[in-house]
Amino acid sequence: MGRYVIRRLLQMIPVFAGATLLIFLMVNVMGDPIAGLCGERECDPATAAQLRKEFGLDKPVWQQYLTYMGNVFTGDFGTAFNGQPVTELMADAFPVTIRLTLVAILFEVVIGIGLGVVTGLRRGRPVDTGVLLVTLVVIAVPTFVTGLLLQLLLGVEWGWIRPSVSSEAPLGELIVPGLVLAAVSLAYVTRLTRTSIAENRRADYVRTAIAKGLPRRRVMTHHLLRNSLIPVVTFIGADIGALMGGAIVTERIFNIHGVGYQLYQGILRQNTQTVVGFVTVLVLVFLLVNLLVDLLYAVLDPRIRYA
Amino acid sequence: MRGAAHVTRAACAVAVVLAAGACGGGGAPAGGPDGIVSSSWGDPQNPLEPANTNEVQGGKVLDMIFRGLKRYDPKTGEAEDMLAERIDTTDSVNFTVAVKSGWTFSNGEPVTAKSFVDAWNYGAHLKNNQRNAYFFGYIEGYDQVHPASGQPTAQTMSGLKVTGERTFTVKLTQKFSTWPETLGYAAFAPLPSSFFSDHDAWLARPVGNGPYAVDSYTRGSQMSLRRWDGYPGDDKARNGGVDLKVYTDSNTAYTDLTAGNLDLVDDVPASQLRNVEADLGGRYINTPAGIIQTLAFPYYDPDWNKPGQEKVRRGLSMAINRQQITDRIFQRTRTPAKDWTSPVLGPDGGFDAALCGDSCAYDPAGARKLIAEGGGIPGGQVKITYNADSGSHKEWVDAVCNSINNALGNDRACVGNPVGTFADYRNQITQSKMSGPFRAGWQMDYPLIQNFLQPLYYTNASSNDGKWSNKDFDRLVDQANAEADPAKAIETFKQAEGVVRDQMAAIPLWYQNGSAGYSERISNVSLNQFSVPVYEEINVG
Repeated sequence: MGRYVIRRLLQMIPVFAGATLLIFLMVNVMGDPIAGLCGERECDPATAAQLRKEFGLDKPVWQQYLTYMGNVFTGDFGTAFNGQPVTELMADAFPVTIRLTLVAILFEVVIGIGLGVVTGLRRGRPVDTGVLLVTLVVIAVPTFVTGLLLQLLLGVEWGWIRPSVSSEAPLGELIVPGLVLAAVSLAYVTRLTRTSIAENRRADYVRTAIAKGLPRRRVMTHHLLRNSLIPVVTFIGADIGALMGGAIVTERIFNIHGVGYQLYQGILRQNTQTVVGFVTVLVLVFLLVNLLVDLLYAVLDPRIRYA
Repeated sequence: MRGAAHVTRAACAVAVVLAAGACGGGGAPAGGPDGIVSSSWGDPQNPLEPANTNEVQGGKVLDMIFRGLKRYDPKTGEAEDMLAERIDTTDSVNFTVAVKSGWTFSNGEPVTAKSFVDAWNYGAHLKNNQRNAYFFGYIEGYDQVHPASGQPTAQTMSGLKVTGERTFTVKLTQKFSTWPETLGYAAFAPLPSSFFSDHDAWLARPVGNGPYAVDSYTRGSQMSLRRWDGYPGDDKARNGGVDLKVYTDSNTAYTDLTAGNLDLVDDVPASQLRNVEADLGGRYINTPAGIIQTLAFPYYDPDWNKPGQEKVRRGLSMAINRQQITDRIFQRTRTPAKDWTSPVLGPDGGFDAALCGDSCAYDPAGARKLIAEGGGIPGGQVKITYNADSGSHKEWVDAVCNSINNALGNDRACVGNPVGTFADYRNQITQSKMSGPFRAGWQMDYPLIQNFLQPLYYTNASSNDGKWSNKDFDRLVDQANAEADPAKAIETFKQAEGVVRDQMAAIPLWYQNGSAGYSERISNVSLNQFSVPVYEEINVG
């Protein structure tokens, strides 16, 4: 187990290096960011040269990358064009996005798995058909439509919530945005759980357990659900990374100053340091969550062993 | 204190869960002269220094916390003395500036001649990376502190000399009679000594000499400004303060305004213009701002720089149905252009609605004729290049092309050529890579006709992106700058503008308006010529 974890952690090093290099190159391909800094006019050449020097843009790309990576290992992610250190931006943005992601994941787990179990056990009944239809609609409607619609209805028309999230972004204000963010994944989780439960219900071990005379509840939680959750956990695990980076639309609609917003601004302003820094952290999060998911398999299914 | 805040927050969370409405900064905001205005904001692109701010979001703050030698009247745009007691000159080269007494920064430090000279020297020096350094380019000694290449050879500009507690002299490199009128721009603001002694602390909480002082500033999310009661000027704030809130999207800010959580939105998104009457009724303003949009041409490309082609350019101009586009696409937030300046200058300032005349009127038959006479469109197709990342440029470029195609009866005569980001777009322009007309926008730095002509059309000027060059134009501009009488100077500038028209150096499209919507809580809201709200005049309650 311990050796397995260490091996996986070591594997992250090349992935990390490759990912940062790729992002670094991609942002660089977009051209010289200095040109966009002086508004609708040309920066005077002397100032432009000075700015390039300050941000290290006058050096060849490989050298820029090495300097950047060197700095990253000392905890310095560079400076954004507005003079703010990127680490400061991260300290502002990540807690907000993590809170939003937690709310979203909570919805997925509670509502998604809950509905999945109910429909899986009542296959073909009206409840099942109804939920299936609703999930179909949710999957079909794009996130920005759900977001804007809920914002307009709950925020403006009925006045139940504030249409925008304040800069502190307390959990209470993140409930509706979290629901919007989770909506599509939630529908998938429901469908995945439903299928998995429905299949495993007819499995031999469930029949044996029932034949042994175990209480129905124990069969459900200890035998059926535990075995059915493996694909769901895989999905949710991968979704954590996607939700953290992919919240751009939701964050813009609800005025959440999180990772998605910083990334969007970084890309618009061609701010290499911001984009590479944030994406690097996201890559790390993704890798760690994947490791965690793999370890969870062993908990859910004792037959899986990591040596 | 902290504990109490947590309790409130928790209570708010519970309240929201129970669907019990808004939970803001605790309690209903006060009205009357101490009421606080909440206003939408965008994260300033550059650090908030006066000589480093060239966009409207940072400009808003500077307009509240700084006052310079001159100030542009928010209604007429005229440059009026603010901190300047007088600015004298006999030869339009040497100026003597006297600063009024009794002015201090909000930290108590008096505003002296040194506050100005130090600030300007800081703004001009190459090592300080100030985006607006070129504003000081007319002052003697600028080349030594800001050489075009290499290292600076001096620390301060030789043209600036402190001659007394409240007087200093300025020597320019050329005659520039209207130079004092440029001093209302934020880059010329005075700076307190704390700016230089503890720069980081100053940036974290800027200190100025305007009607407001910064109370707290959380970068990237909010700035709270409060009225400074010790402000000595006449334009004291009529409200208790302003909270600027950063929004991720102007649509969200607009939604917050309609829901009653925000008082002022100074950038109504294009997609909401249709609803603005229904949502806000009369609480919507749409006034001219000093911005003109044009189509510039790449004169460095031999295909676009042949004699006789001014006819092609004029023909293209006449093939654009400006009225229809401004009505349909911009919902009248832009006005068809009739010259190369802006209505905010007023007729006395050099705006002339008759200057472009027929050349800017829609006339398909005339357009076809002129383009044929001028040798046709180079390469048979006009490609209008624009950046697609902001400002609904795609919509209007497509509309302009449609209009040209219809007028010429050829649906391949004009196509749009989008570039992904603004930075990349600027890059291609700087490297002279444009292969046809391209979008050009000009927001004035100060309300002078000179600012609409010289930076854009003078040979090798800083924003002459198309590299247009014309001896007559250059000569007239030099002549106008040397003219001691402002009225005569403006007449000469208009003659120079006539050259731009005859050559159709760039096609004027439309003047941009500033737009804003506000809540029922506040009144007396207006925008100045820079489309920045005049915050100090807003009444609350």
